[in-house]
Amino acid sequence: MNKVSKSPWLLHYDASSCNGCDIEVLDCLTPKYDIERFGIINTGDPFQADILLITGGVNSQTESVVKQIYSQMPEPKVVVAVGICACTGGVFKECYNIRGGIDTVIPVDVYVPGCAARPESIIDGVVKALEILDEKQAEHKKNGGGAHGISK
Amino acid sequence: MAYQSEIKETAMADFFPAVVKMKTDQWRLVQICAVSVEGGYEMSYSFCKDYEMVTLRLNVAEEEEIASITQIYPCAFLQENEAAQLFGVKIVNIRPDYRDRLYRIDETAPFKTKE
Amino acid sequence: MAKRSIVPFGPQHPVLPEPVHLDLVLEDETVVGAVPSIGYIHRGLEKLVEKRDFKQYVYIAERVCGICSCGHGLGYCESVEQVMGIEVPDRAKFLRVIWMEMSRVHSHLLWLGLLADAMGFESLFMESWRLREKILDMFDETTGGRIIHSVNCVGGVQKDMDSTMLNGILEAVKDLEKEMRPVADTFLEDYTVQSRLKGVGVLSRERAIELGAVGPMLRASGEEYDARLLGYAAYPNLTVEPVTSKDGDSYARCEVRIKELFQSFDLIREAIGKIPEGDISVPVKGNPSGEFFMRIEQPRGEAVYYVKGSGKKFLERFRLRTPTTSNIPPMVETLKGCQLADVPLLILTIDPCVSCTER
Repeated sequence: MNKVSKSPWLLHYDASSCNGCDIEVLDCLTPKYDIERFGIINTGDPFQADILLITGGVNSQTESVVKQIYSQMPEPKVVVAVGICACTGGVFKECYNIRGGIDTVIPVDVYVPGCAARPESIIDGVVKALEILDEKQAEHKKNGGGAHGISK
Repeated sequence: MAYQSEIKETAMADFFPAVVKMKTDQWRLVQICAVSVEGGYEMSYSFCKDYEMVTLRLNVAEEEEIASITQIYPCAFLQENEAAQLFGVKIVNIRPDYRDRLYRIDETAPFKTKE
Repeated sequence: MAKRSIVPFGPQHPVLPEPVHLDLVLEDETVVGAVPSIGYIHRGLEKLVEKRDFKQYVYIAERVCGICSCGHGLGYCESVEQVMGIEVPDRAKFLRVIWMEMSRVHSHLLWLGLLADAMGFESLFMESWRLREKILDMFDETTGGRIIHSVNCVGGVQKDMDSTMLNGILEAVKDLEKEMRPVADTFLEDYTVQSRLKGVGVLSRERAIELGAVGPMLRASGEEYDARLLGYAAYPNLTVEPVTSKDGDSYARCEVRIKELFQSFDLIREAIGKIPEGDISVPVKGNPSGEFFMRIEQPRGEAVYYVKGSGKKFLERFRLRTPTTSNIPPMVETLKGCQLADVPLLILTIDPCVSCTER
């Protein structure tokens, strides 16, 4: 990837994680890693977000919330599963209240492994997500969607 | 300082007076723990004063009702609701009673039986 | 007459990284009641003791929470060791203290950052988290992990520190202490910070005990109780003086945590000065049989670990009562009578850890 074609906004949601990945996601925003220098902003609003970062396995309580957040995001959108729990369920896979990875509920584009996922790999995952976002944007335009993700 | 932790087996009739005494002597409620045993539950109520800890142990039959201690220790409500929902212990008059909606889970009393 | 209304707070809220929900009963702008409702990230991991043997379960215990991870591993191992009557080598005890105190520093800095963020003091938030990175780097160097360390095991610790690492920690602590001073001064003396914290959410000593408060919440109300004095790990060989404050307001809770930071720096230095040579773990034979209630002092307060074994590889029951579970009733108490605008700040002053609470 040579250039970043847009300044993507992130949305972070904790589906049922142990906090470890969540504080690492927050860590990415603080002076040492500082992903804001790429023009990336952590927003709390799904309607303005391009990339959804999800941590933790899904349980029956958060399932509807995850689905709702995903449906509120405008097209094109990319989902990044952060941490091994979000990828497969991780150590909590056999707990009675854990359904498994995020992909059991919504489609996932990038899987970031690790327990807890390190800030470096989270940034890598986000950069990967940017490429996918570009591809989806091109696809979206070809199919007659508007330039800013608003369907005609 | 040696590790003080005493477990006192308590009969149902003596339990409430014992808790009231703890309260008047200004003991702090530390924790409430339920354990599933053959044909019922083992309830442990731990109290702490300075560095000393005393645990009152109550053996409860499966269908036996026990009264909530929230009238004496209002802060017990979270842990009593938890024991009631996850273990199915019949605790009556919890204030506030979440009626098995403390944790939003699909299973009923998942800790009741062992796998 | 004042108008009564109910305002839902959470589960997703800008000051909280974790989901928790409160129904606030308001009379105009004043809160008169609050009903907490939890359960968004309940996993049911206490039940996993039936599927993982007691040695493997350390890894699950450490993942109860990503912030208090080191302490949960320590508490679980200490309680199993008490049941089995295992005496851990001295060097392992000191290593446990060093890692535990480092984890307290990281947790308190994290909390200070979140507090500053809740007040809208962005630069102070960034500064606290920048300082926290120094401790995370030391964790990375000594354990290989930034957040989850997996150093504790039943019978001791899994990794040793050589003298380069110990000196590295001393250097980091020295730097950190120097850089922490101006940050601590800002928290304790800045006019804007004081106006948000002083006199807000007062909890008296009597009410704190009655409602079962623990940790900095209890000590800020003037009660001298620090579970480190119970004498687990190497704490009996070190100087631990409970840090207390009198006022019981949000400012006092902030003051206690800041003083504990400096206390942890001293404890790390003292432990590194006194650490003996020797083995770091003993072999573990047999299975646990019996029960034990173990109390340890986590950054957020006293945590209780209960282990019950019946001579089998799998434990009968593991129970964890986390500091936040105990601090929710006092929090609800401090909310009554406060202004709606202070609610996020007051929730934060107990240092809530939801994933610990719900397990």
